[in-house]
Amino acid sequence: MNISVRNAETFEFTPENLTWAAGQLAKYPASRKQSAVMPLLTKAQEQNNGWVSVPVMEYIADMLEMPYIRVQEVVTFYTMYRQKPVGKHVIEVCTTTPCWLRGSDDVVAACKDELGIGFGETTADGEFTLLEVECAGACVNAPVIAYKENYYEDLDNDSTRKFIKAIKNGDIIAPGPQTTDRHKSAPEGGPTTLKEFCATPGGDS
Amino acid sequence: MPTLKIDGIEVEVEGGATVLQACEAAGIEIPRFCFHERLSISGNCRMCLVEMEKAPKLIASCAMPAGEGMIIHTNSDKVKRGREGVLEFTLMNHPLDCPVCDQGGECDLQDQYIAYSGDDARYEDERRIVAKEDFGPLVKTVMTRCIHCTRCVRFADEIAGVPALGGIGRGDHMEITTYQEQPFASELSGNVVDLCPVGALTNKPYAFSARPWELKSTETIDVHDAMGSSIRADARGREVMRFLPRVHEDVNEEWISDKTRQAVDGLKYNRLDQPYIRKGGKMQPASWEEAFEAISAKLKGVKGDKVAGIVGDLCDLESMYAFKGLLNDLGSSALECRQDGAKYGGRHRAGYLFNTSISGIDEADACLLVGTNPRKEAAVLNIRLRYLAKRGAIASVGAVENLSYPVEHLGDTVQALENLLAGKGKFTKALKAAKKPMIILGGGAVSHPDGAVILKLAHDIADKYGMISADWNGFNVLHHAASRVGAMDLGLVSDKGMNGILDGAEKGDIKLVFNLGVDEIDLSRLEKAFVIYQGSHGDEGVKYADVILPGVAYTEKPGTYINMEGRVQKAQRVIFGPGEARDDWTILRALSEKLGSTLPYDTIAQLREKMQADYPHFSNIDQVPNEDWPKSFGVAGKTSDVPIANLIDDFYQTNPIARSSKVMAECRQAYEGAKFEAEAMVTNG
Repeated sequence: MNISVRNAETFEFTPENLTWAAGQLAKYPASRKQSAVMPLLTKAQEQNNGWVSVPVMEYIADMLEMPYIRVQEVVTFYTMYRQKPVGKHVIEVCTTTPCWLRGSDDVVAACKDELGIGFGETTADGEFTLLEVECAGACVNAPVIAYKENYYEDLDNDSTRKFIKAIKNGDIIAPGPQTTDRHKSAPEGGPTTLKEFCATPGGDS
Repeated sequence: MPTLKIDGIEVEVEGGATVLQACEAAGIEIPRFCFHERLSISGNCRMCLVEMEKAPKLIASCAMPAGEGMIIHTNSDKVKRGREGVLEFTLMNHPLDCPVCDQGGECDLQDQYIAYSGDDARYEDERRIVAKEDFGPLVKTVMTRCIHCTRCVRFADEIAGVPALGGIGRGDHMEITTYQEQPFASELSGNVVDLCPVGALTNKPYAFSARPWELKSTETIDVHDAMGSSIRADARGREVMRFLPRVHEDVNEEWISDKTRQAVDGLKYNRLDQPYIRKGGKMQPASWEEAFEAISAKLKGVKGDKVAGIVGDLCDLESMYAFKGLLNDLGSSALECRQDGAKYGGRHRAGYLFNTSISGIDEADACLLVGTNPRKEAAVLNIRLRYLAKRGAIASVGAVENLSYPVEHLGDTVQALENLLAGKGKFTKALKAAKKPMIILGGGAVSHPDGAVILKLAHDIADKYGMISADWNGFNVLHHAASRVGAMDLGLVSDKGMNGILDGAEKGDIKLVFNLGVDEIDLSRLEKAFVIYQGSHGDEGVKYADVILPGVAYTEKPGTYINMEGRVQKAQRVIFGPGEARDDWTILRALSEKLGSTLPYDTIAQLREKMQADYPHFSNIDQVPNEDWPKSFGVAGKTSDVPIANLIDDFYQTNPIARSSKVMAECRQAYEGAKFEAEAMVTNG
């Protein structure tokens, strides 16, 4: 039995998202369509301004023929589903040990100062939400900030401010390492090993 | 059939059994919180750790399949330390509020702490507190005590079929809760209290009212539906405090419905504790002598054929037998038990029994429901139908209701049955393919104006689709009244039926009506007749009564009941009735003496001896009969378009005890309307 608690609010996928959802559902047998709950929730969160509301949960549950409580379990288990409204720009700062050792305190200070809010808060204009997250899985480029689908890496106080100012001005700076010239997570100053390695298929190295 | 060696004892268990079950087979008790025989295996509490040779770590015996040649140790030092560690973590956040916890004295955690605890507590950090959850009017929650065994969640999903509970959050923040704080809307919700191994879920109406060691337990039988569920009544002094289920594998397994469990306070209110006589339009208290005098005076000059007798839904066999004896001695033959106007007759026992038997449902592979909502008429039986729905098709004729499993709806008129008999429709294929199909006629079908035709159609459908064979009888009538099968066996049926008596009373053909616990008919139609009401509660039945004789309720007398399968079961006296109220058969015996034709028995033993001589099958205690299948019953005829409705609208208000219960009234309020009837979306199919 499903007792709906959704009130006047409703949620529905846009036609594009609906097509996308059908593609996800096609991956699983019809009797196991619950398997698609996580990608669908992620998409719905994206469409619903970054958070999963009650109508979203019930819409996805109805679509997958799941009890509402089962969807709520998934939503509350994974921290990347947000259960409260967030600002337009969600900035997630990693403060787990490697980032912290590499100076995440500076990054956090810069964020708080630039935005005037603390962790878990949203700016009054509804533009920014600042979140503290556990390991983002990019320790090699610590400290990092996750913003939308990208990582901004090798940050320090200044580069963090620059990054936030850019968003405020409507620009998006290129993701990746911000204070170093390295390519992604390659060593600073160029390769140190496998210098002769030729990546060309069929090469004679 | 793997053979294991457990603590030096060799046991052979069935394939698919777990190590825990093998240990039990060897007579060794394994502590557990999350494992439960009737629920799926979860393996999260880790209390059942045992040591398996050649395994690097201790194994959770509940989740490990028993394998050939396993060598298991259950009392080694490693096991002991392992369990101590698990218990220490379990207790980490568990509050030490046993003195104010209702589970105290019957708590798995308390018991296992005594057996498996280590040293004093070492945990010094703050303990977590969980906000109160609301599981509805029957289940009290103190979720801080919860140890996350998830038994209640699995029960809701797998047994109740109402997937309302879940564990949200994770790690230290995990909480067992209902979706968005909605109540756990199931008529079986009370069973989670029994399942909960700690005091997180306790009996709300019973809260803080008694301790288990103060209670005197009596094993007896339930009368709130026709299942005859095995129950244990716990009484303190002269009050029944609570009902708990007893295990009866073939009837209720170990579940009981919320009405069975929680209508207990109905035994306290609205009780008739002395006789009354109507004088000048008002009911006046009277003595037994005066009441009998009034009846005797009225009966003088009334011929036997102008006297009618009706028995209600909660009567025991003994009182109905004495009732029949008394009225037959008066010369009356207008005796009736079918308060709902059911059309089955008394000639063929197979025509009004649940022939498949309740446990027989487990063998069936297709089922046709006619005019019934088993969820309300026999909530515990519905569990077996849910399992059937996973194996085979279930279709229904009648009103569409949420039964907690998918049901194919074939229509709501008798026409749908005629079509089925004619071989039309998709469901006929499922019936033909089924090896053991069954049909269940509910109260809505047999009390329909065309009930007799429905019975005939159902008989023929049973014949046509192979529901009857040497070892299988798939024809079933689902009763909702505990007394009904017994009353039918006693022949408390008249040719003209219930309406014959009511019409007769209106026309003046019937001058005196004796009601034995009759509360479910339109009693205003008896207004012209002199009405004697004998029963336990001042409910509908007393409104038009001229003399009231106070009987006792089912917990206050020894009695025999026959459930819908025809299973004869004995109920025991738990406490004595209030005030002047007496065992029903003794009242009838005393009255018979006053009326000059003394019934020939003085003790209940004598009565039973006589009754069993008249009806030999009443002595087959706890046996399911195998009745011969008659060539025909019911009546062939034309049918109308009157839709087949369900008989029970409100599960919580079906009899005088339930209607007197404040708890049942609360349930009715909590689950009324849209909430309870919320469209089901079944995912367990």
